Amino acid sequence: MQIYLPIAEVSIDVFLLLFLGGGVGFLSGMFGVGGGFLMTPLLIFIGIPPAVAVASEANHIIASSMSGVMAHWRRGNVDFKMGGVLLIGGFLGSFAGVQLFSWLRTLGQIDLVISLSYVVFLGIIGILMLLEASRTILRSRRQSGARRRLHQHYWVHRWPLKMRFRKSKLYISAISPIIIGFVVGVLASIMGVGGGFLLVPAMIYLLGMPTMMVVGTSLFQIIFVTANVTFLQAVTNQTVDVLLALILLAGGVVGAQFGTRAGQLLRGEQLRGLLALMVLAVCIKLALDLVLTPSELFSVGTPGSH
Amino acid sequence: MGRRFPGMLPSLVVVALLPALSISPAHAQPLIADLSKHVVAITTGFTGSDVLVFGAVEGKGDVVVVVQGPGQDVVVRRKGRVSGIWANRDSLTFAGAPSFYAVAATGPLAKIVPDAIARQEQIGVDYLRLKLKEGSLAGPGERKLFRAALVRLRARDQLYPKQVFPVTLIGNRLFRATLHFPANVPTGTYTVRFYLLRDGKIIGGSSSPLYVNKTGMNAELTAFAHEQSVLYGLLAVLIAGFLGWLGAVVLRRHN
Repeated sequence: MQIYLPIAEVSIDVFLLLFLGGGVGFLSGMFGVGGGFLMTPLLIFIGIPPAVAVASEANHIIASSMSGVMAHWRRGNVDFKMGGVLLIGGFLGSFAGVQLFSWLRTLGQIDLVISLSYVVFLGIIGILMLLEASRTILRSRRQSGARRRLHQHYWVHRWPLKMRFRKSKLYISAISPIIIGFVVGVLASIMGVGGGFLLVPAMIYLLGMPTMMVVGTSLFQIIFVTANVTFLQAVTNQTVDVLLALILLAGGVVGAQFGTRAGQLLRGEQLRGLLALMVLAVCIKLALDLVLTPSELFSVGTPGSH
Repeated sequence: MGRRFPGMLPSLVVVALLPALSISPAHAQPLIADLSKHVVAITTGFTGSDVLVFGAVEGKGDVVVVVQGPGQDVVVRRKGRVSGIWANRDSLTFAGAPSFYAVAATGPLAKIVPDAIARQEQIGVDYLRLKLKEGSLAGPGERKLFRAALVRLRARDQLYPKQVFPVTLIGNRLFRATLHFPANVPTGTYTVRFYLLRDGKIIGGSSSPLYVNKTGMNAELTAFAHEQSVLYGLLAVLIAGFLGWLGAVVLRRHN
Protein backbone atom coordinates (compact mmCIF):
# COMPACT_ATOMS: atom_id res chain seq x y z
CA MET A 1 0.00 0.00 0.00
CA GLN A 2 1.61 3.22 -1.16
CA ILE A 3 1.49 6.33 0.96
CA TYR A 4 2.43 9.82 -0.15
CA LEU A 5 4.62 11.60 2.37
CA PRO A 6 3.70 15.29 2.24
CA ILE A 7 7.03 16.86 3.19
CA ALA A 8 9.35 14.30 1.62
CA GLU A 9 7.14 14.45 -1.51
CA VAL A 10 7.66 10.83 -2.34
CA SER A 11 5.28 7.92 -2.48
CA ILE A 12 6.48 4.91 -0.50
CA ASP A 13 5.05 1.56 0.58
CA VAL A 14 3.71 2.03 4.09
CA PHE A 15 4.58 -1.59 4.98
CA LEU A 16 8.19 -1.03 3.98
CA LEU A 17 8.30 1.90 6.42
CA LEU A 18 6.61 -0.12 9.16
CA PHE A 19 9.06 -2.94 8.53
CA LEU A 20 12.03 -0.55 8.75
CA GLY A 21 10.64 0.99 11.93
CA GLY A 22 10.06 -2.47 13.36
CA GLY A 23 13.46 -3.78 12.36
CA VAL A 24 15.40 -0.85 13.73
CA GLY A 25 13.12 -0.85 16.80
CA PHE A 26 14.00 -4.52 17.34
CA LEU A 27 17.71 -3.75 17.21
CA SER A 28 17.39 -0.73 19.45
CA GLY A 29 15.41 -2.73 21.97
CA MET A 30 18.00 -5.49 21.81
CA PHE A 31 21.09 -3.32 22.06
CA GLY A 32 19.70 -0.36 23.97
CA VAL A 33 20.67 2.16 21.29
CA GLY A 34 18.45 4.66 19.52
CA GLY A 35 19.09 3.24 16.10
CA GLY A 36 19.22 6.59 14.35
CA PHE A 37 22.59 5.70 12.85
CA LEU A 38 20.89 2.81 11.05
CA MET A 39 17.58 4.46 10.28
CA THR A 40 18.83 7.63 8.60
CA PRO A 41 21.04 5.85 6.01
CA LEU A 42 18.22 3.35 5.38
CA LEU A 43 15.70 6.13 4.79
CA ILE A 44 18.06 7.81 2.35
CA PHE A 45 18.62 4.46 0.69
CA ILE A 46 14.89 3.91 0.06
CA GLY A 47 14.59 7.32 -1.56
CA ILE A 48 13.71 9.84 1.15
CA PRO A 49 15.61 13.09 0.45
CA PRO A 50 18.58 13.26 2.90
CA ALA A 51 17.46 16.57 4.40
CA VAL A 52 14.02 15.16 5.21
CA ALA A 53 15.45 11.85 6.45
CA VAL A 54 17.75 13.61 8.92
CA ALA A 55 15.10 15.97 10.28
CA SER A 56 12.29 13.40 10.50
CA GLU A 57 14.53 10.84 12.15
CA ALA A 58 15.33 13.41 14.85
CA ASN A 59 11.58 13.71 15.40
CA HIS A 60 11.26 9.92 15.60
CA ILE A 61 14.11 9.66 18.12
CA ILE A 62 12.33 12.01 20.55
CA ALA A 63 9.62 9.40 20.96
CA SER A 64 11.87 6.37 21.23
CA SER A 65 14.19 8.07 23.73
CA MET A 66 11.17 9.19 25.74
CA SER A 67 10.01 5.58 26.03
CA GLY A 68 13.50 4.48 26.91
CA VAL A 69 14.17 7.09 29.57
CA MET A 70 10.96 6.22 31.45
CA ALA A 71 12.23 2.73 32.22
CA HIS A 72 15.61 4.04 33.40
CA TRP A 73 14.06 6.85 35.41
CA ARG A 74 11.88 4.38 37.32
CA ARG A 75 15.00 2.51 38.34
CA GLY A 76 16.66 5.77 39.36
CA ASN A 77 19.33 5.49 36.68
CA VAL A 78 19.16 9.04 35.36
CA ASP A 79 21.63 11.67 36.54
CA PHE A 80 19.55 14.78 35.86
CA LYS A 81 22.30 17.16 36.90
CA MET A 82 24.80 15.64 34.49
CA GLY A 83 22.09 15.45 31.85
CA GLY A 84 21.39 19.15 32.34
CA VAL A 85 25.05 20.14 31.95
CA LEU A 86 25.39 17.97 28.84
CA LEU A 87 22.25 19.63 27.56
CA ILE A 88 23.77 23.12 27.73
CA GLY A 89 26.39 21.95 25.29
CA GLY A 90 23.78 19.98 23.37
CA PHE A 91 21.57 23.00 22.76
CA LEU A 92 24.48 25.14 21.61
CA GLY A 93 25.68 22.29 19.41
CA SER A 94 22.31 21.72 17.78
CA PHE A 95 21.91 25.43 17.03
CA ALA A 96 25.32 25.42 15.37
CA GLY A 97 24.59 22.11 13.65
CA VAL A 98 21.32 23.21 12.02
CA GLN A 99 22.99 26.39 10.74
CA LEU A 100 25.87 24.32 9.40
CA PHE A 101 23.35 21.96 7.80
CA SER A 102 21.60 24.82 5.96
CA TRP A 103 24.91 26.26 4.83
CA LEU A 104 26.22 22.93 3.53
CA ARG A 105 22.94 22.36 1.72
CA THR A 106 23.39 25.57 -0.25
CA LEU A 107 26.94 24.52 -1.06
CA GLY A 108 25.68 21.16 -2.30
CA GLN A 109 27.97 19.30 0.09
CA ILE A 110 25.46 18.11 2.68
CA ASP A 111 25.31 14.53 1.34
CA LEU A 112 29.08 14.26 1.42
CA VAL A 113 29.31 15.63 4.95
CA ILE A 114 26.55 13.28 6.15
CA SER A 115 28.35 10.29 4.62
CA LEU A 116 31.78 11.35 5.87
CA SER A 117 30.51 11.92 9.41
CA TYR A 118 28.97 8.47 9.37
CA VAL A 119 32.10 6.80 8.07
CA VAL A 120 34.40 8.52 10.55
CA PHE A 121 32.28 8.18 13.68
CA LEU A 122 30.82 4.76 13.00
CA GLY A 123 34.28 3.53 12.07
CA ILE A 124 35.91 4.75 15.28
CA ILE A 125 33.09 3.63 17.56
CA GLY A 126 32.65 0.29 15.80
CA ILE A 127 36.31 -0.61 16.07
CA LEU A 128 36.57 0.48 19.71
CA MET A 129 33.45 -1.47 20.63
CA LEU A 130 34.56 -4.55 18.78
CA LEU A 131 37.96 -4.49 20.51
CA GLU A 132 36.40 -3.98 23.92
CA ALA A 133 33.81 -6.71 23.42
CA SER A 134 36.27 -9.27 22.11
CA ARG A 135 38.65 -8.49 24.96
CA THR A 136 35.84 -9.03 27.46
CA ILE A 137 34.79 -12.27 25.80
CA LEU A 138 38.38 -13.54 25.80
CA ARG A 139 38.90 -12.48 29.40
CA SER A 140 35.75 -14.23 30.59
CA ARG A 141 36.94 -17.40 28.80
CA ARG A 142 40.28 -17.26 30.61
CA GLN A 143 38.54 -16.60 33.90
CA SER A 144 41.27 -14.25 35.00
CA GLY A 145 40.38 -12.33 38.12
CA ALA A 146 42.24 -9.09 37.39
CA ARG A 147 40.39 -6.28 39.13
CA ARG A 148 39.80 -2.98 37.44
CA ARG A 149 40.34 0.24 39.20
CA LEU A 150 37.11 1.60 40.61
CA HIS A 151 37.76 5.15 39.64
CA GLN A 152 40.14 6.47 37.05
CA HIS A 153 41.44 9.98 36.72
CA TYR A 154 41.92 11.45 33.29
CA TRP A 155 43.33 14.78 32.19
CA VAL A 156 39.84 16.26 31.88
CA HIS A 157 39.43 15.97 35.61
CA ARG A 158 41.99 18.72 36.14
CA TRP A 159 39.99 21.44 34.38
CA PRO A 160 38.43 24.38 36.31
CA LEU A 161 34.73 24.98 37.03
CA LYS A 162 34.40 21.82 39.04
CA MET A 163 30.96 20.48 39.87
CA ARG A 164 29.76 17.65 42.02
CA PHE A 165 27.54 15.07 40.35
CA ARG A 166 26.27 13.04 43.28
CA LYS A 167 24.38 10.38 41.33
CA SER A 168 27.36 9.65 39.12
CA LYS A 169 29.75 9.91 42.09
CA LEU A 170 31.89 12.41 40.21
CA TYR A 171 33.57 15.70 41.01
CA ILE A 172 34.68 17.05 37.65
CA SER A 173 34.87 20.19 35.58
CA ALA A 174 31.60 21.17 33.90
CA ILE A 175 33.54 22.10 30.76
CA SER A 176 34.10 18.55 29.56
CA PRO A 177 30.42 17.49 29.59
CA ILE A 178 29.53 20.76 27.88
CA ILE A 179 32.05 20.10 25.11
CA ILE A 180 30.85 16.51 24.72
CA GLY A 181 27.24 17.73 24.62
CA PHE A 182 28.15 20.30 21.99
CA VAL A 183 29.84 17.79 19.68
CA VAL A 184 26.92 15.39 20.00
CA GLY A 185 24.47 18.24 19.34
CA VAL A 186 26.23 19.20 16.11
CA LEU A 187 26.30 15.58 14.97
CA ALA A 188 22.67 15.04 15.92
CA SER A 189 21.61 17.81 13.58
CA ILE A 190 23.87 16.79 10.71
CA MET A 191 23.58 13.02 10.91
CA GLY A 192 20.00 12.68 12.10
CA VAL A 193 21.01 10.57 15.05
CA GLY A 194 20.43 10.86 18.77
CA GLY A 195 24.14 10.45 19.31
CA GLY A 196 23.83 7.73 21.93
CA PHE A 197 26.50 5.67 20.18
CA LEU A 198 28.93 8.54 20.79
CA LEU A 199 27.59 9.83 24.06
CA VAL A 200 27.63 6.51 25.88
CA PRO A 201 31.32 5.73 25.29
CA ALA A 202 32.24 9.38 25.89
CA MET A 203 30.47 9.33 29.24
CA ILE A 204 32.13 6.09 30.27
CA TYR A 205 35.65 6.65 28.99
CA LEU A 206 36.03 10.45 29.04
CA LEU A 207 33.92 11.43 32.04
CA GLY A 208 34.28 8.18 33.96
CA MET A 209 30.58 7.87 34.75
CA PRO A 210 29.29 4.58 36.18
CA THR A 211 27.93 2.37 33.39
CA MET A 212 24.59 1.98 35.14
CA MET A 213 23.89 5.72 34.92
CA VAL A 214 25.08 6.17 31.38
CA VAL A 215 22.23 4.91 29.21
CA GLY A 216 19.42 6.64 31.11
CA THR A 217 21.30 9.92 31.32
CA SER A 218 22.24 9.89 27.65
CA LEU A 219 18.62 9.14 26.68
CA PHE A 220 17.49 12.01 28.89
CA GLN A 221 19.72 14.49 27.15
CA ILE A 222 18.99 13.01 23.70
CA ILE A 223 15.26 13.75 24.13
CA PHE A 224 15.97 17.44 24.49
CA VAL A 225 18.68 17.68 21.88
CA THR A 226 16.58 15.90 19.24
CA ALA A 227 13.57 18.01 20.27
CA ASN A 228 15.66 21.10 19.66
CA VAL A 229 16.96 19.72 16.35
CA THR A 230 13.42 18.84 15.22
CA PHE A 231 12.16 22.29 16.11
CA LEU A 232 15.06 24.10 14.44
CA GLN A 233 14.86 21.95 11.29
CA ALA A 234 11.11 22.59 11.11
CA VAL A 235 11.65 26.34 11.39
CA THR A 236 14.77 26.78 9.22
CA ASN A 237 14.45 24.07 6.59
CA GLN A 238 10.80 22.83 6.80
CA THR A 239 12.07 19.31 6.40
CA VAL A 240 10.33 17.50 9.28
CA ASP A 241 7.85 14.95 7.93
CA VAL A 242 5.53 14.17 10.83
CA LEU A 243 3.75 11.43 8.92
CA LEU A 244 7.02 9.64 8.23
CA ALA A 245 8.06 9.90 11.88
CA LEU A 246 4.70 8.55 13.06
CA ILE A 247 4.82 5.51 10.78
CA LEU A 248 8.37 4.69 11.86
CA LEU A 249 7.27 5.09 15.46
CA ALA A 250 4.36 2.69 15.08
CA GLY A 251 6.69 0.02 13.71
CA GLY A 252 9.35 0.83 16.27
CA VAL A 253 7.15 0.37 19.34
CA VAL A 254 6.32 -3.21 18.32
CA GLY A 255 9.86 -4.02 17.20
CA ALA A 256 11.41 -2.75 20.43
CA GLN A 257 9.21 -5.14 22.45
CA PHE A 258 10.58 -8.19 20.69
CA GLY A 259 14.06 -6.74 20.65
CA THR A 260 14.17 -6.28 24.40
CA ARG A 261 13.17 -9.91 24.90
CA ALA A 262 15.72 -11.13 22.36
CA GLY A 263 18.39 -9.02 24.06
CA GLN A 264 17.83 -10.81 27.36
CA LEU A 265 18.92 -14.07 25.76
CA LEU A 266 22.41 -12.76 25.03
CA ARG A 267 25.25 -11.64 27.28
CA GLY A 268 26.31 -8.01 27.44
CA GLU A 269 29.62 -8.41 25.65
CA GLN A 270 28.07 -10.62 22.97
CA LEU A 271 25.48 -7.91 22.36
CA ARG A 272 28.16 -5.24 22.16
CA GLY A 273 30.20 -7.35 19.77
CA LEU A 274 27.21 -7.87 17.47
CA LEU A 275 26.33 -4.18 17.63
CA ALA A 276 29.92 -3.32 16.76
CA LEU A 277 29.79 -5.58 13.70
CA MET A 278 26.57 -3.92 12.58
CA VAL A 279 28.00 -0.44 13.08
CA LEU A 280 31.06 -1.42 11.06
CA ALA A 281 28.93 -2.91 8.29
CA VAL A 282 27.08 0.40 7.85
CA CYS A 283 30.40 2.23 7.98
CA ILE A 284 31.99 0.06 5.30
CA LYS A 285 28.98 0.32 3.01
CA LEU A 286 29.06 4.13 3.21
CA ALA A 287 32.84 4.24 2.82
CA LEU A 288 32.68 2.12 -0.34
CA ASP A 289 30.05 4.47 -1.78
CA LEU A 290 32.45 7.36 -1.25
CA VAL A 291 35.48 5.66 -2.73
CA LEU A 292 34.14 3.55 -5.60
CA THR A 293 33.49 5.29 -8.90
CA PRO A 294 29.77 6.12 -8.96
CA SER A 295 27.72 5.02 -11.96
CA GLU A 296 26.22 8.51 -12.24
CA LEU A 297 28.53 11.47 -11.66
CA PHE A 298 25.83 14.10 -11.94
CA SER A 299 23.06 15.06 -9.55
CA VAL A 300 20.24 17.57 -9.59
CA GLY A 301 19.24 19.88 -6.76
CA THR A 302 17.53 23.13 -5.96
CA PRO A 303 19.79 26.13 -5.50
CA GLY A 304 20.10 28.19 -2.35
CA SER A 305 17.89 28.02 0.69
CA HIS A 306 14.60 27.25 -0.93
CA MET B 1 8.95 37.08 -9.14
CA GLY B 2 12.46 36.40 -10.28
CA ARG B 3 11.33 33.12 -11.83
CA ARG B 4 10.87 32.72 -15.52
CA PHE B 5 8.33 30.56 -17.20
CA PRO B 6 9.68 29.44 -20.54
CA GLY B 7 6.43 27.58 -21.18
CA MET B 8 4.42 30.78 -21.21
CA LEU B 9 5.86 32.33 -24.32
CA PRO B 10 5.06 29.62 -26.86
CA SER B 11 1.60 29.09 -25.43
CA LEU B 12 0.89 32.80 -25.80
CA VAL B 13 2.00 32.57 -29.40
CA VAL B 14 -0.45 29.75 -29.95
CA VAL B 15 -3.31 31.52 -28.24
CA ALA B 16 -2.59 34.61 -30.31
CA LEU B 17 -2.79 32.48 -33.45
CA LEU B 18 -6.24 31.23 -32.65
CA PRO B 19 -8.43 34.17 -33.63
CA ALA B 20 -6.55 34.62 -36.89
CA LEU B 21 -7.12 31.01 -37.82
CA SER B 22 -10.81 30.91 -37.13
CA ILE B 23 -11.89 33.78 -39.29
CA SER B 24 -14.84 32.16 -40.99
CA PRO B 25 -17.53 31.49 -38.41
CA ALA B 26 -19.02 28.67 -40.48
CA HIS B 27 -15.91 26.60 -39.90
CA ALA B 28 -15.09 25.50 -36.42
CA GLN B 29 -11.65 26.12 -35.01
CA PRO B 30 -9.07 23.81 -36.60
CA LEU B 31 -8.35 22.28 -33.21
CA ILE B 32 -10.32 22.15 -30.02
CA ALA B 33 -9.12 20.21 -27.03
CA ASP B 34 -9.74 19.60 -23.40
CA LEU B 35 -8.49 17.49 -20.51
CA SER B 36 -10.47 14.85 -18.63
CA LYS B 37 -9.55 16.76 -15.48
CA HIS B 38 -7.82 20.03 -14.82
CA VAL B 39 -6.57 19.12 -11.39
CA VAL B 40 -4.20 16.30 -10.50
CA ALA B 41 -4.91 15.85 -6.82
CA ILE B 42 -2.06 14.45 -4.74
CA THR B 43 -3.80 12.61 -1.94
CA THR B 44 -2.25 10.43 0.75
CA GLY B 45 -2.67 7.35 -1.44
CA PHE B 46 -1.29 9.05 -4.55
CA THR B 47 0.68 6.71 -6.80
CA GLY B 48 0.68 8.78 -9.95
CA SER B 49 -2.18 9.75 -12.20
CA ASP B 50 -3.32 9.54 -15.79
CA VAL B 51 -4.93 12.49 -17.52
CA LEU B 52 -6.86 11.91 -20.70
CA VAL B 53 -6.51 14.68 -23.27
CA PHE B 54 -8.93 14.71 -26.15
CA GLY B 55 -10.31 16.93 -28.84
CA ALA B 56 -11.35 17.34 -32.41
CA VAL B 57 -9.44 18.59 -35.44
CA GLU B 58 -10.65 20.10 -38.66
CA GLY B 59 -9.25 18.12 -41.59
CA LYS B 60 -6.09 16.11 -41.88
CA GLY B 61 -3.01 16.75 -39.84
CA ASP B 62 -0.85 15.62 -36.98
CA VAL B 63 -1.57 16.41 -33.37
CA VAL B 64 1.16 17.18 -30.88
CA VAL B 65 0.55 17.69 -27.15
CA VAL B 66 3.20 19.27 -24.94
CA VAL B 67 2.91 19.25 -21.15
CA GLN B 68 5.17 21.57 -19.25
CA GLY B 69 5.46 22.05 -15.49
CA PRO B 70 6.34 25.33 -13.78
CA GLY B 71 9.87 26.60 -14.28
CA GLN B 72 12.36 26.56 -11.44
CA ASP B 73 16.06 27.09 -11.00
CA VAL B 74 17.98 23.84 -10.91
CA VAL B 75 21.56 23.13 -9.92
CA VAL B 76 23.30 20.31 -11.71
CA ARG B 77 26.36 19.09 -9.86
CA ARG B 78 29.17 16.88 -11.04
CA LYS B 79 31.21 14.67 -8.78
CA GLY B 80 34.93 14.54 -9.04
CA ARG B 81 37.67 12.81 -7.10
CA VAL B 82 38.95 14.89 -4.21
CA SER B 83 41.83 13.06 -2.53
CA GLY B 84 40.36 9.65 -3.21
CA ILE B 85 36.76 10.52 -2.35
CA TRP B 86 33.98 11.27 -4.79
CA ALA B 87 32.57 14.69 -3.94
CA ASN B 88 30.50 17.30 -5.76
CA ARG B 89 32.93 19.63 -7.49
CA ASP B 90 31.53 21.57 -10.44
CA SER B 91 28.02 22.88 -10.72
CA LEU B 92 25.91 24.80 -13.20
CA THR B 93 22.58 26.47 -12.45
CA PHE B 94 19.85 26.42 -15.05
CA ALA B 95 17.22 29.14 -14.80
CA GLY B 96 13.55 28.32 -15.09
CA ALA B 97 13.91 24.70 -16.14
CA PRO B 98 10.47 23.08 -16.32
CA SER B 99 9.86 20.74 -13.42
CA PHE B 100 8.06 18.37 -15.78
CA TYR B 101 8.09 18.00 -19.54
CA ALA B 102 6.34 15.42 -21.71
CA VAL B 103 5.21 15.21 -25.30
CA ALA B 104 2.51 13.19 -27.01
CA ALA B 105 2.14 13.00 -30.78
CA THR B 106 0.47 11.08 -33.57
CA GLY B 107 3.84 9.99 -34.94
CA PRO B 108 7.58 10.42 -34.56
CA LEU B 109 8.36 14.07 -33.84
CA ALA B 110 11.20 14.22 -36.34
CA LYS B 111 8.74 13.46 -39.14
CA ILE B 112 5.90 15.70 -38.03
CA VAL B 113 7.57 18.80 -36.69
CA PRO B 114 10.17 20.73 -38.72
CA ASP B 115 13.28 21.86 -36.87
CA ALA B 116 12.45 25.55 -36.91
CA ILE B 117 9.00 25.05 -35.42
CA ALA B 118 10.26 22.58 -32.84
CA ARG B 119 12.84 25.11 -31.74
CA GLN B 120 10.44 28.02 -31.64
CA GLU B 121 7.70 26.14 -29.79
CA GLN B 122 10.01 23.93 -27.73
CA ILE B 123 8.53 20.67 -28.96
CA GLY B 124 10.62 17.73 -27.84
CA VAL B 125 13.12 17.54 -25.00
CA ASP B 126 16.01 18.25 -27.37
CA TYR B 127 14.48 21.62 -28.21
CA LEU B 128 13.73 22.61 -24.66
CA ARG B 129 15.37 25.94 -23.93
CA LEU B 130 17.42 25.37 -20.81
CA LYS B 131 19.20 28.63 -20.16
CA LEU B 132 22.01 29.08 -17.72
CA LYS B 133 21.31 31.37 -14.85
CA GLU B 134 23.04 34.70 -15.12
CA GLY B 135 26.46 34.50 -13.59
CA SER B 136 26.93 30.81 -14.39
CA LEU B 137 29.85 30.55 -16.75
CA ALA B 138 30.69 27.48 -18.78
CA GLY B 139 32.14 26.61 -22.15
CA PRO B 140 29.78 25.17 -24.76
CA GLY B 141 31.12 21.66 -24.22
CA GLU B 142 30.56 21.74 -20.47
CA ARG B 143 27.19 23.32 -20.97
CA LYS B 144 26.12 20.53 -23.29
CA LEU B 145 27.34 17.91 -20.83
CA PHE B 146 25.43 19.42 -17.91
CA ARG B 147 22.31 19.93 -19.99
CA ALA B 148 22.41 16.29 -21.08
CA ALA B 149 22.85 15.24 -17.45
CA LEU B 150 19.85 17.29 -16.36
CA VAL B 151 17.68 15.73 -19.06
CA ARG B 152 18.99 12.24 -18.30
CA LEU B 153 18.38 12.52 -14.55
CA ARG B 154 14.94 13.97 -15.03
CA ALA B 155 14.16 11.18 -17.49
CA ARG B 156 15.28 8.64 -14.90
CA ASP B 157 12.81 10.15 -12.42
CA GLN B 158 10.09 10.07 -15.10
CA LEU B 159 9.89 13.86 -15.04
CA TYR B 160 11.09 14.27 -18.62
CA PRO B 161 9.82 10.97 -20.02
CA LYS B 162 11.99 9.78 -22.89
CA GLN B 163 9.28 8.27 -25.01
CA VAL B 164 6.70 10.35 -26.88
CA PHE B 165 3.25 9.29 -25.68
CA PRO B 166 0.96 8.16 -28.52
CA VAL B 167 -1.92 10.30 -29.74
CA THR B 168 -4.67 8.28 -31.39
CA LEU B 169 -6.55 9.88 -34.27
CA ILE B 170 -10.01 8.54 -34.99
CA GLY B 171 -11.28 9.14 -38.51
CA ASN B 172 -9.07 12.20 -38.97
CA ARG B 173 -11.50 14.00 -36.73
CA LEU B 174 -11.14 13.04 -33.09
CA PHE B 175 -7.98 12.52 -31.12
CA ARG B 176 -7.13 11.29 -27.67
CA ALA B 177 -4.03 10.61 -25.64
CA THR B 178 -3.27 9.51 -22.12
CA LEU B 179 -0.65 11.48 -20.23
CA HIS B 180 0.96 9.80 -17.29
CA PHE B 181 2.10 11.73 -14.23
CA PRO B 182 4.33 9.71 -11.87
CA ALA B 183 4.02 9.63 -8.07
CA ASN B 184 6.87 12.12 -7.68
CA VAL B 185 5.25 14.72 -9.96
CA PRO B 186 6.10 18.24 -8.76
CA THR B 187 3.25 20.49 -7.73
CA GLY B 188 2.33 23.71 -9.50
CA THR B 189 0.49 25.08 -12.49
CA TYR B 190 1.23 23.18 -15.68
CA THR B 191 0.40 24.16 -19.24
CA VAL B 192 -0.82 21.65 -21.78
CA ARG B 193 -0.30 22.92 -25.33
CA PHE B 194 -2.00 21.39 -28.35
CA TYR B 195 -0.77 21.80 -31.90
CA LEU B 196 -2.30 20.77 -35.19
CA LEU B 197 0.33 20.51 -37.91
CA ARG B 198 -0.19 19.99 -41.60
CA ASP B 199 2.63 19.87 -44.16
CA GLY B 200 5.12 21.13 -41.63
CA LYS B 201 3.08 24.14 -40.57
CA ILE B 202 1.12 24.90 -37.45
CA ILE B 203 -2.46 25.43 -38.51
CA GLY B 204 -4.16 25.29 -35.17
CA GLY B 205 -3.45 25.28 -31.51
CA SER B 206 -4.76 25.79 -28.05
CA SER B 207 -3.55 25.68 -24.51
CA SER B 208 -5.02 24.59 -21.20
CA PRO B 209 -3.80 24.92 -17.66
CA LEU B 210 -3.43 21.85 -15.49
CA TYR B 211 -3.09 22.18 -11.74
CA VAL B 212 -1.06 19.65 -9.80
CA ASN B 213 -1.89 20.16 -6.15
CA LYS B 214 -1.61 18.36 -2.87
CA THR B 215 -5.08 17.96 -1.39
CA GLY B 216 -6.59 16.94 1.91
CA MET B 217 -4.25 16.12 4.74
CA ASN B 218 -1.19 16.42 2.49
CA ALA B 219 -2.02 19.97 1.51
CA GLU B 220 -2.86 20.98 5.05
CA LEU B 221 0.31 19.47 6.52
CA THR B 222 2.51 21.08 3.88
CA ALA B 223 0.85 24.47 4.28
CA PHE B 224 1.12 24.14 8.04
CA ALA B 225 4.80 23.19 7.87
CA HIS B 226 5.63 26.16 5.67
CA GLU B 227 3.34 28.88 6.94
CA GLN B 228 3.40 28.20 10.66
CA SER B 229 6.70 26.43 10.96
CA VAL B 230 7.20 27.42 14.61
CA LEU B 231 3.91 25.88 15.67
CA TYR B 232 4.51 22.88 13.41
CA GLY B 233 7.90 22.27 14.99
CA LEU B 234 6.51 22.58 18.50
CA LEU B 235 3.65 20.19 17.75
CA ALA B 236 5.97 17.69 16.06
CA VAL B 237 8.09 17.66 19.24
CA LEU B 238 5.13 17.43 21.61
CA ILE B 239 3.36 14.66 19.69
CA ALA B 240 6.52 12.56 19.52
CA GLY B 241 7.21 13.11 23.22
CA PHE B 242 3.64 12.24 24.16
CA LEU B 243 3.57 9.08 22.04
CA GLY B 244 6.89 7.98 23.47
CA TRP B 245 5.59 8.46 26.98
CA LEU B 246 2.31 6.72 26.10
CA GLY B 247 4.23 3.81 24.62
CA ALA B 248 6.27 3.39 27.78
CA VAL B 249 3.18 3.51 30.04
CA VAL B 250 1.08 1.13 27.93
CA LEU B 251 3.86 -1.36 27.39
CA ARG B 252 4.81 -1.36 31.06
CA ARG B 253 1.31 -2.44 32.01
CA HIS B 254 1.43 -4.96 29.22
CA ASN B 255 4.56 -6.66 30.51
